[in-house]
Amino acid sequence: MIPASFEYHRPADISAALAILDEYGDDARVIAGGHSLIPMMKLRMADIEHLIDLQDIGELKGIFVEGTKVTIGAMATQHELIDNGDIARVAPILHEAALQIADPQVRYMGTVGGNVANGDPGNDMPGLMQCLGATFHLVGSGGTRDVAARDYYEAAYMTDREDDEILTAISFNAPEGGFAYEKQKRKIGDYATAACAAIVKIDGGICTAASIAMTNLSDTPIFSAEAGAALEGTACDATAIDAAVAAATGAIDPTEDNRGPVDFKMHVAGTIIRRAIERAVSRA
Amino acid sequence: MNDMAPSREERIEGLKGLGSSRKRVEDARFTQGKGNYVDDIKLPGMLFGDFVRSPFAHARVKAINTEAAMSVPGVLAVLTAKDLEPLGLHWMPTLAGDKQMVLADGKVLFQGQEVAYVVATDRYAAADGCEAVEVEYEELPVVVDPFKALEDDAPVLREDLEGKMEGAHGPRKHHNHIFTWEAGEKEATEQVLGSAEVVAEEMVYYHRTHPCPLEPCGCVASMDKVNGKLTIWGTFQAPHAIRTVVSLISGIEEHNIRVISPDIGGGFGNKVGAYPGYICSAVASIVTGKPVKWIEDRMDNLMTTAFARDYWMKGKIAATKEGKITGLWCHTTADHGGFDACADPTKFPAGFMNICTGSYDIPTAYLAVDGVYTNKAPGGVAYRCSFRVTEAAYFIERMIEVLAIELGMDAAELRRINFIKKEQFPYQSALGWEYDSGDYHTAWDKALDAVGYDELRKEQAERVEAFKRGETRKLLGIGLTHFTEIVGAGPVKNCDILGLGMFDSCEIRIHPTGSAIARLGTISQGQGHATTFAQILASEIGLPADSITVEEGDTDTAPYGLGTYGSRSTPVAGAATAMAGRKIRAKAQMIAAYLLEVHDDDVEWDVDRFVVKGNPERFKTMKEIAFASYNQAIPGIEPGLEAVSYYDPPNMTYPFGAYICVMEIDVDTGTHEIRQFYALDDCGTRINPMIIEGQVHGGLTEALAIAMGQEIAYDEMGNVKTGTLMDFFIPTAWETPNYTTDYTTTPSPHHPIGAKGVGESPNVGGVPAFSNAVHDAFRAFGLRQSHMPHDHWRIWKIANSLGLHG
Ligand SMILES: Cc1cc2nc3c(=O)[nH]c(=O)nc-3n(C[C@H](O)[C@H](O)[C@H](O)COP(=O)(O)OP(=O)(O)OC[C@H]3O[C@@H](n4cnc5c(N)ncnc54)[C@H](O)[C@@H]3O)c2cc1C
Repeated sequence: MIPASFEYHRPADISAALAILDEYGDDARVIAGGHSLIPMMKLRMADIEHLIDLQDIGELKGIFVEGTKVTIGAMATQHELIDNGDIARVAPILHEAALQIADPQVRYMGTVGGNVANGDPGNDMPGLMQCLGATFHLVGSGGTRDVAARDYYEAAYMTDREDDEILTAISFNAPEGGFAYEKQKRKIGDYATAACAAIVKIDGGICTAASIAMTNLSDTPIFSAEAGAALEGTACDATAIDAAVAAATGAIDPTEDNRGPVDFKMHVAGTIIRRAIERAVSRA
Repeated sequence: MNDMAPSREERIEGLKGLGSSRKRVEDARFTQGKGNYVDDIKLPGMLFGDFVRSPFAHARVKAINTEAAMSVPGVLAVLTAKDLEPLGLHWMPTLAGDKQMVLADGKVLFQGQEVAYVVATDRYAAADGCEAVEVEYEELPVVVDPFKALEDDAPVLREDLEGKMEGAHGPRKHHNHIFTWEAGEKEATEQVLGSAEVVAEEMVYYHRTHPCPLEPCGCVASMDKVNGKLTIWGTFQAPHAIRTVVSLISGIEEHNIRVISPDIGGGFGNKVGAYPGYICSAVASIVTGKPVKWIEDRMDNLMTTAFARDYWMKGKIAATKEGKITGLWCHTTADHGGFDACADPTKFPAGFMNICTGSYDIPTAYLAVDGVYTNKAPGGVAYRCSFRVTEAAYFIERMIEVLAIELGMDAAELRRINFIKKEQFPYQSALGWEYDSGDYHTAWDKALDAVGYDELRKEQAERVEAFKRGETRKLLGIGLTHFTEIVGAGPVKNCDILGLGMFDSCEIRIHPTGSAIARLGTISQGQGHATTFAQILASEIGLPADSITVEEGDTDTAPYGLGTYGSRSTPVAGAATAMAGRKIRAKAQMIAAYLLEVHDDDVEWDVDRFVVKGNPERFKTMKEIAFASYNQAIPGIEPGLEAVSYYDPPNMTYPFGAYICVMEIDVDTGTHEIRQFYALDDCGTRINPMIIEGQVHGGLTEALAIAMGQEIAYDEMGNVKTGTLMDFFIPTAWETPNYTTDYTTTPSPHHPIGAKGVGESPNVGGVPAFSNAVHDAFRAFGLRQSHMPHDHWRIWKIANSLGLHG
């Protein structure tokens, strides 16, 4: 549990961080809260010669809510997210989900940016951000660009982000309607056996918008447009919910691990997705 | 008489002796982070050792190249088996009469096995050095299944034993077979089974798990080349035994070895055995003349130092149609891993598994245990239980449930009609034990009443109906257990470890001003000995517990003892403490009589003083006597007030308890919720009720972990799948339910204060209670037996296989 030796850099602004990334290329990696990266380094599964600590970069911090527009700095911690009254008010699903990540100790250190940038299918924020239709803001020495959360994830630990880019912030419009983040895990501090984020808007008894995304049920988070579509235009009755669950489970591809084999995960996923939708509908 | 003089009750209370919920004196330092654990020990010039470990479960070690490692800055030495061989230390004896490689000698037998030991100036350099050691392996076929290990064409694991058909515990039947151990009457039991009205048969598996103490194992070895003295600080549950073993295998005279167990962050059996890390650190210190520290990391701990359980218990239980049990048969296949390093008394290679008749009056029984080698880590320690007692309790408590199903009977009633009756004690069990005391019916009725058992059964039946009607997806399980333990090993006539008799000891010195120090041969790992042993003594000698220091763990100062595990501290060292206290009191009586100018027989003991009989105003307190004992010339009596007692217990003690768990199970997700857990313990005389409650809470939480998710799992290649705390389940406050504790008190008739020990009861009784609750929830749907751990997917699988997913 002792990492290989590395150089430690602690730049004070984004341009200095980018300069170090440019200089060392593949041998350099940014570190945020360290609660995914440091375990990998200690297990010597990640061997990084130059570690660039982002914690002194003020530009990456803060949570801003202006009207319905929400912007979360990459270095905002999961604890800050939970502690933020505006978030609890305008995007309560984020509050509810963040409380289900790991444990308080991890959340004091772990950042929102690290959680979404990491690319681990077990992370909860990526599916959630897909459900919210969030945008990720990236910067590299070549300039800035925006990527939709729904386009960002390619495979486990493979994302659209280039090695020399830094994620600076995440933004989205405050969701409307009922919401739920359902997660089954073996214990506190565990990643999901199955998790699902659901947002359902109902107007005059009819669903006008629905967004469903899932965590740790494939090698990337899964956003199921079909599941949302199955609810839209319906009264979210049992038939519609059945159809949404069927669409969502049709989009996942879980693998066997210590949490259980595939048939178990498929069944649990169906249950968890259904509960998320039902709870979102009940709150809509 | 002075009105201000404290009353007798106040004097008793002021002692904080037996029965007082005195606060733990240890906690002031622990809660402030001021404990002194082995990793807190820092000596000038100290070096660090770390292991190169095998990635394979079974492989030949073709070559080890240490050149690159030696060039890593800070690396001073790399030890391999070749370096230890000239010292005769490349193998070491195990506690079970087998031997174990210290460093891989030609092959490795389990994943994580120690292959080379890197010594460096700090732990970072040592870790880098380990990375740089190049080992060439040739993989060999792996056996992780003990039944496959016994097949004719199974690979030979222990080539060193090839052709040796006689082991430490009798004949070996196969090249991967270790021993057969039997108890009871085979033929008589088979006859009973053959003619019984009802026989229930089941395979009960108690899976492999690990004690996983918060602090892993470690040591600091320091050889003083000037005076020739080797000091070893370490996480030792038995420091004196370690000293003797080190002396025997190293040839260093025992007075030149000092073993110190500092504060220990939990042991639970994991810290009983001897590990390669201790030997390599000692050798490295002898070679370099510098202190050498070795500390496991969590993965090392889970993957390599002693595991627990891994017993496949095939059972048959015979009964009349009315449910009176007539016989019990058990054959156990015990997976011991690559070396037999079980920590059991020498004559008991399967521990006290023959307590498996449990709380029941079973006239005829037979038990056989076959120990088997596999490509898994060695161990087989008693994880918060006396030797294999938790396996035995789980076995019988499952067999009772299975028999209840077979008979179509209520499992509580089945237990009741088979309990050993109060008047049958001392009770001779069919498998050879003499149970000291018990009152099972009283405990059982109290437990059933407390939970409202009949109401619960009604609710359960209604739930089943509601489930069948599709109104709920949750089932209700009622998990019953009545366990009987056997602890306090043990009488020297049949209990020894490597020839060391399992007595224990206490040495007391009373200081002139009326305070005292007591030293014991045991060592606390969180049990609170400094608190409770002072209480035993306070009641014996009438000095306040607050004025008594309890010290353990330093072999240069503590009297010889066999250490702390198997709930033996209170039954054995606690008895020694009381006996030593009585010696103090006997001398104090003579002194008091002299001071009061009466005959010895004319004074009597009263709480904290000797009083002239019939004249309570004339007395001498123990405090006064202590001062006089040192400072007053008393004819015919030596100065000073000290005593030592070595206690060889006449019998084991037999704590028991009744536990009931009420559990809700979600059939779709396999998750559970514990609605109620009631634990009644009878541990004889209760020394400190608060500590008992704490022990019960802790042990139940371990039991919860074991029953509901905790395991050391291997894949077919022998890779450990649960080597970190992400996968190895340790419950947090969140997963832990509320417990209701209760008690009855049936003192041990042979223990000086009637105490029996309680630290392990909740682990022993808790596991079957949780597991039986899971099974019971599905009983209405036809479940008989499903193996632990009952994690989400395994519970889901039960529901699935019973067709409950539609
Ligand atoms: C015991 C435990 C349990 C956990 N349980 C959960 C859980 O249930 N759910 C969950 O979602 N997570 C869980 N986590 C992970 C935790 O939330 C991490 O903190 C999070 O995944 C990563 O955030 P971080 O700030 O710690 O990132 P780091 O570990 O510092 O970095 C992670 C990766 O992201 C990259 N990175 C970080 N920030 C940026 C950036 N701004 N731009 C570009 N790349 C960046 C790093 O280079 C690295 O590759 C758990 C962690 C632990 C230790």
